Formats: sequence, structure tokens, C-alpha cells
Amino acid sequence: MSDEQDIILADLSDEELTLQMHDDLYDGMKEEIAESVNILLGRGWMPYDILTKALVEGMRIVGIDFRDGILFVPEVLLAANAMKGGMFILKPLLAETGAPRLGNMLIGTVKGDIHDIGKNLVTMMMEGAGFEVKDLGINNPVENYLQELESGEYDILGMSALLTTTMPYMKVVIDTMVEKGMRDDYVVMVGGAPLNEEFSKAIGADAYCRDAAVAVETAKEFMAKKHNQMVA
Amino acid sequence: MNSDDYITEFGMVLPHCDYKRVLIIACGALAREILALIELNDWKHIALTCLPAKYHLYPEKITIAVEAAVFKYSNDYDEIFIAYADCGTGGLLANKCKDLDVKMIAGPHCYSFFEGNNKFSNLSENEITAFYLTDFLVKQFDSFVWKPMGLDKHPELLDMYFGNYTKLVYQAQINDSELDAKAREISERMGLPLERRYTGYGDLETALSKI
Repeated sequence: MSDEQDIILADLSDEELTLQMHDDLYDGMKEEIAESVNILLGRGWMPYDILTKALVEGMRIVGIDFRDGILFVPEVLLAANAMKGGMFILKPLLAETGAPRLGNMLIGTVKGDIHDIGKNLVTMMMEGAGFEVKDLGINNPVENYLQELESGEYDILGMSALLTTTMPYMKVVIDTMVEKGMRDDYVVMVGGAPLNEEFSKAIGADAYCRDAAVAVETAKEFMAKKHNQMVA
Repeated sequence: MNSDDYITEFGMVLPHCDYKRVLIIACGALAREILALIELNDWKHIALTCLPAKYHLYPEKITIAVEAAVFKYSNDYDEIFIAYADCGTGGLLANKCKDLDVKMIAGPHCYSFFEGNNKFSNLSENEITAFYLTDFLVKQFDSFVWKPMGLDKHPELLDMYFGNYTKLVYQAQINDSELDAKAREISERMGLPLERRYTGYGDLETALSKI
């Protein structure tokens, strides 16, 4: 998607600039994304609109091309890094201006596993979609998850693992939640390269999310169901 | 393309009319080690073919390729042995080997069986922040790790990939000063302290000696 021609971002219309930001995210251009975010803020855009229409939509396109084998992990990481540049500017403003909150999520990589690329992408995309996310980081024993779940008001628990040797630990966490009678209080979503739908069902999770975009859509669906149940 | 590059991409084809009693279908990353063991132990009954080592970048391909190779060669040999551990297949390879009635190497991956599965299992509790290299990976580091991760073009991604690692463990199968020097260069590039451990062939030799 890159263009050899120099583009003056400030000269673009709002619509052109939004599309250009999708391209710049796709190409991992962090400085250009930060510049464009500032331009749109200067034009009076609400931070939430910049986040959803420019950044999240751009990352959604990146996610589709990753799923279809057009983009690979390095390109997705560069795009995520560019989005981080935009989020860095928007995050404090979102808190000030009050963006819609869809729900609260606790996320962490399981015990024995230090891989966090996928988890970090999910965290970023969930935050972009309007979820409040608490990230427990890597190598989490079951106690970390339970302690945090009990002390906060969470709707969703997300667990990540990259290794076939560590992914069974997700079942340890879910089984402990069952023992403590708290399993049904949360939606449990799991993800990571070696996982699949079958594994997710076998360990008693609610959903397997193959990538960050699916995680966002799945979380939104569960929150909508929960909302409908409360209304009914 | 040198022979290690070729094995990474395409594997190793059986020499024509190379009849032996036993065929090992192996990961390309183990080709040199298995050939060395065959020569060292004078295992004249064993033939070797290898699948592309790069399948490790896409573990879902391993089980499919192993099954195809077993079907291809099963009528030509009395016994077939699969020189893979689980290797990221999440038990799928073990199930397939059971269905096909062929044996494979025990353990989660080559880092484990080179070290010895029992020893590695004890070590790994305290080594979850270690990144492992074998002789093959030292030789093929650029084409197997650095380039597929895009680090040749975007070194700024290094921290996103390896930020949680605290050391590089080089499990040496042989003593070779050139490989040691390359491992040191890799550790500097990754910004991780190097620990060299001579493992020899570990449980690989034990497993093959039982064939």
C-alpha cells in the first residue's frame, strides 16, 4: 500500500486522511500516525472517533490480511507499534472526554509461558474497541488470576499461551474457578498459536479466539448477550 | 544454496534404491546429527529421509507431511521410525503415529531430547526465560529465526519478540569452535547472555539405538 510520492498529511481532507491512516497503519508508519492523530484533533475530531474510525478500522484491515496470509507477524507488529503511537496520544484524552465502555477484561499469559505478542495485540484491540483491560503480563499462576478477579469487577477473563507445553495450564485455571464456584461469573476466552476450537471446548472455556479481531468481536457478542439478559 | 539451507527448505531425499531394513523419517533440523549417529554406530540397517526443517515454522504441516511420507515408504521398509518429538503439534503427531503404528521420539521438542527429557523437564521450571539454540539453529539462525521474524529489515522489533527472555542457551551437539563463535555473535545480536551446554545427542541416540 505504500506510495513513493510524498504526501502532505495536513493537506488531506478528513476522509482522505482517515484512509491514509489506514494505509500508514498497514505500512507500520508510527510517526505518520501520530502526526495524523494530532491533525484530526486539531480539526476538532473527538478522540473516540479517531480511535474507532482511523486506528481500529485500520487494524481491522491489517487483521483480515494477516488471517488471509497476505501479511505476516513482522508486519502486524509494525502496524501495532504504529497504532501504539496513536494510542499514546489518545489514551489520556479518551479518559477526559469519556468514551463508551463496553466491559472489563482481565488478561494474562499462563504460568510457564513468557510469550506476549498475541496477548498484547488483543489488549490493544480490546482497549481500542472500548473495553477496560487489566493486563497481568506473563507467567501467571492460577493465584494471580483468581486474586485479581476477586478484587475487581471483571466481565471477561482472557488467557494466552504459545507453547503446547503451557496451554494445558488454562484448564487448571478454569477448573479452579469451577471449584470456587466463580466460573459462571465470567466469560473465559482463550487464544494462542497452538490452540484450537476443540481444545477450548475440552478445557471448558467459552470461546477460542484465533486472533485479536476475533477476540474483540467475540467479547462484544458476549457483552451484548449479557446486556440483553439483564434487560429481559 | 549450501546443504543446510537445502535441508531447511526442501528436506533430504532418499538415495535411489537405497534399501535398508529401517527408514527414519526425520525433521531436517536433525539430518546431520542422525547421519553422524548412523556413521558413529555403524547402523547399516538404517536409511534416512528428511522433511523440510522449515515445517517447524508451521507445525500444522508436520503431521500431514509425516503421514504422507509414511504412506510413500511403508511398503519398502520393514520398519519406519519418526524422528520428531511433539514439536508444537499439540499431540496430533503422537496420535497420528499411533494410528500409523510407527514409533517416534518421546518429549516435547529437540531442546528437550538433546538435553535428555528428564533433565530438561527439571531444568525448564527455572528456565522459562531461556531461548534455545542447537547446532542446526546456530548454523541456520538467519534463515530460520532472524529473517522470518523480519529482524533483518526491522531490528526495532527485537524487544517485542525477545524482551521477556533473559538468556540464550546453546545446546551443543558437537564441539566446534566455529559454531561457538557464531553462537556468541548471535547472543550479542539478541542482547542476551550466552550459556553454552554440551549435550551431545542426548535421548536422540538412545531412541535410535533401540530401532
